[in-house]
Amino acid sequence: MVSGACPACGTLVLVGEAFCEQCGHALGVAGCTSCGATAVGADGYCENCGMLQPSGRDHVEIELEVAAGVSDRGLRHSRNEDALALTAADTVAVGVVCDGVSTSPRPEEASQTAADTAVAALAKQLAEGADPATATREAVRLAAEAVAALAEPGEDAPACTYVSAVAGGRQVTIGWVGDSRAYWLGPGSEVLTDDDATPATHMLTAWLGADAGEVVPHIHTFTPDGPGVVLLCSDGLWNYYPEPAALAAVALNATPRAAAQRLVRLALEAGGHDNVTVLVIPFGQGEQAETTVVVPKEQQ
Amino acid sequence: MTDFTLRVDQNKYLPSGSEDVHAIITVEASGPIERAPAVEAAEIIIVDTSGSMSYDKIAEARKAAQAAIDTLRDGVHFAIVAGTHEAEIVFPDRAVLTPATPQSRRAAKEAVARLVAGGGTSMGRWLRCAADLFSEYQRAHPGAIKHAILLTDGKNEYERAPEFAANLSYCTGKFVCDCRGVGVDWVVAELRQIASTLLGSVMDIRRPEDLEADFRAMTQAAMGKTVADVALRLWTPRAATLNLVKQVSPTLEDLTGRRTEVDALTGDYPTGAWGGESREYHISMRVPAGNVGQEMRAGLVRLVLPESGEVLAKGNILAQWSDDPVQSTRINPRVAHYTGQQELAALIQEGLQARNDGDLDTATARLGKARGIAEKAGNEETAKLLDKVIEVDPETGTARLRRDVDKADAIALDTRSVRTVRMRKDPEA
Repeated sequence: MVSGACPACGTLVLVGEAFCEQCGHALGVAGCTSCGATAVGADGYCENCGMLQPSGRDHVEIELEVAAGVSDRGLRHSRNEDALALTAADTVAVGVVCDGVSTSPRPEEASQTAADTAVAALAKQLAEGADPATATREAVRLAAEAVAALAEPGEDAPACTYVSAVAGGRQVTIGWVGDSRAYWLGPGSEVLTDDDATPATHMLTAWLGADAGEVVPHIHTFTPDGPGVVLLCSDGLWNYYPEPAALAAVALNATPRAAAQRLVRLALEAGGHDNVTVLVIPFGQGEQAETTVVVPKEQQ
Repeated sequence: MTDFTLRVDQNKYLPSGSEDVHAIITVEASGPIERAPAVEAAEIIIVDTSGSMSYDKIAEARKAAQAAIDTLRDGVHFAIVAGTHEAEIVFPDRAVLTPATPQSRRAAKEAVARLVAGGGTSMGRWLRCAADLFSEYQRAHPGAIKHAILLTDGKNEYERAPEFAANLSYCTGKFVCDCRGVGVDWVVAELRQIASTLLGSVMDIRRPEDLEADFRAMTQAAMGKTVADVALRLWTPRAATLNLVKQVSPTLEDLTGRRTEVDALTGDYPTGAWGGESREYHISMRVPAGNVGQEMRAGLVRLVLPESGEVLAKGNILAQWSDDPVQSTRINPRVAHYTGQQELAALIQEGLQARNDGDLDTATARLGKARGIAEKAGNEETAKLLDKVIEVDPETGTARLRRDVDKADAIALDTRSVRTVRMRKDPEA
C-alpha cells in the first residue's frame, strides 16, 4: 500500500518503511500503539493486530513557552470528548478546557468549538486592551453562541463545560461554566472554581449549549502570593484527585509539559474512566522567562 | 457487469474481557437485467443410467435431460454423460464440449432418447469424466461458468470410499455441481458431500415426473450466472483464531475447512458462480480482548476474483470493548436468527440419525425441539415436513415419533434441513 512521497526527496515510500530507500531520510513511521508493528493501514487499523489507531483527538499535547496541556481519551471511552486550547500574548498565557457532555449528541464537536472560539476571542479582546474579566465574559458569550449554533432540529443540543485562565502580570483571571476546574498550586494551593453541579448526584447545573438558556459565567480574579502553577482540568482528573495538595505534589518541580503528562498518567493509572484533560500554566516567574517552577519543599 | 454489495451485520460492542466476535455478511449481486450473452458458459448433464433407473425413471430422466438441453442458450458448450459403474459421454461423439446450436441440440436429444438403464453406480467416476471435459474447455475459455447437473436414484455402490474421495477431490474447484436424487433409494449424505464439495445444491425429487420441470429450472438458473469462481477473502489479526465461516442463506454450507491461504493472515473461501442473487455468511473469530474503549478490526471481508485479485466488495468486522451493558449485551438480530437456523438444521440431522440408529429418545428430543424452533423462526416448510415424522401434542407440548413414516418424507426432511429462511422482519428495513 502506497503511503506517499518521501518528504526529503519525493521518492515513493511504502507504509511500514522506516527510511526512504532513495535518500535514507528517516520517515518517522510511528508503530502501532498496540503491537508495535509498522503496518498501519490508511483506514487507521493495524494490519497486524487489527487495533484502531488513536485519532488526532485521542491524545493531544500542546506546548508553548508559557504553558502546556495534555488531553487523553482515557481507558474507558471510545473517543475523547474533551478539548483544550492554549495561546500566549507576550507573557500572558491564555488557556481553555472544555468537556463535552456525553449524553448530548456530538459532544466532541461542542467542546472543540467552544475551546477554539473562546481562546480566539480572549486573545483578540486582550490585544484590543480589554481587561481579563471583560475578555473572559465576551469569550464565554461567543463560545456559548457557537455551541448553541451546532444544535440541529430533531435532536438534543450538543453541550459542554468551560473553564479558562488568563495568567499574566500579577493576576490570574478564571472563568467557568460547569464542572471543569481551575486550581492554584503553590503557596496556599486551592481550588479556584466552584462546580456548577449538584453536590450529591453530580448533575451539571450549567453548561454551554442551545438548551442552556442564558449562560452567565463565574469570573474570579486573584493575585497569588508567590510563584506557582495555574491548573485547568476536566473531571477526568479531579474525580480521582480533588485535593490541591495532591495535585501540587505532582505538578510542581517539572516543566509544564512534563507536569501535564504526569497528571494525565496519574488519572489513567487510577482507572482512566473518563476523558482527562490537563492544562498547566506556570505563574510568577515571568521576569526570568523560566518555565520550570521551583517551589521550596516546605512551601508545598 | 454484475455489481456486488457487501453488508456486515453485527453488534461490535463486546463486554470487557470477551473474545468471540460474530457477524453476518450479506452479499448481493445485481445481475444484468438482460441475460448477458457475452458470458461464456459450459454445462454437463450427468444422468444415472444404472439398472435401478428402469421403466418410468429412465423415461422421465430422458425428458428432463432434453428439457435442460432446450434451455441452454446458443453458444453454451455442453455434453451429456450417462453414468453407470463407469461414465460414458453419449453426446457429443468426441470427448470435447460442443457449442449449443439448433443442430447440436437436436443431436443431443436424439442421443438422450436412446439412453437405457443397466449397470451399477459410480458417481465419482461420472464426476471425474465431467471434470476432464471442463478442464479441456477451461484452457481456451478462462473465466467461463462451468456447471453440471447430476441425477441419481441410488447408492454409490461400485466405487470404494477411497476412490470416491479421490475422484471428488480431483473435481474440486473445477466446476459447480447441483445434485438431484430421485425416489427413495439414494443416500442424502452422499449427494450432500458431492454438492458441498462442488458448491452446488441437493434436492430430493419424489416423483420421476417432476424431474423435467426441475431440470429446466436448474438449467435456467445456471444460465443466469454471470461471474465464475468468486471467493470470500478474509483477513484476521495475527492473534486471532477463526471459529467458523459458513454460508447461512439460502442454504447452510460450512466453508471453514475450505480455506486456501493467501498470506499468513488472509485466506480465500470458495463461493462458486454468481448470478443476480443474495447470499449470507456467518463469520466468527476469537480475538484477544482489548481494553474498554479500544476498537479492533477483527476481520476484513472481501469478495474477490482470486485469479486477478479484483475486489468486488468489502466490509469490516469490528470489535469494540465496552463497560456499558446496554451496548454489549445486545445480540444482533440477524446473528441470532442464523444461529437459530444452524441449530435447527443440526437438531434435524441429529434427530434423523438417531432415529435410523434406533435411539428413539434422542430422536424424539431433537426433532421435538426442532419443531418448536421451526415454528418460531418461520421455517414453515420445515415445520410441515417435521410434522410428517413427529407429532407434538398442542396441549402438553409432548413430542412423539410417528410410527409409519413415508421414507420420501424422511429424505425430504433431511435434504431440506440445510435450507434456511431469511429473517421475517428486517429491523432496519
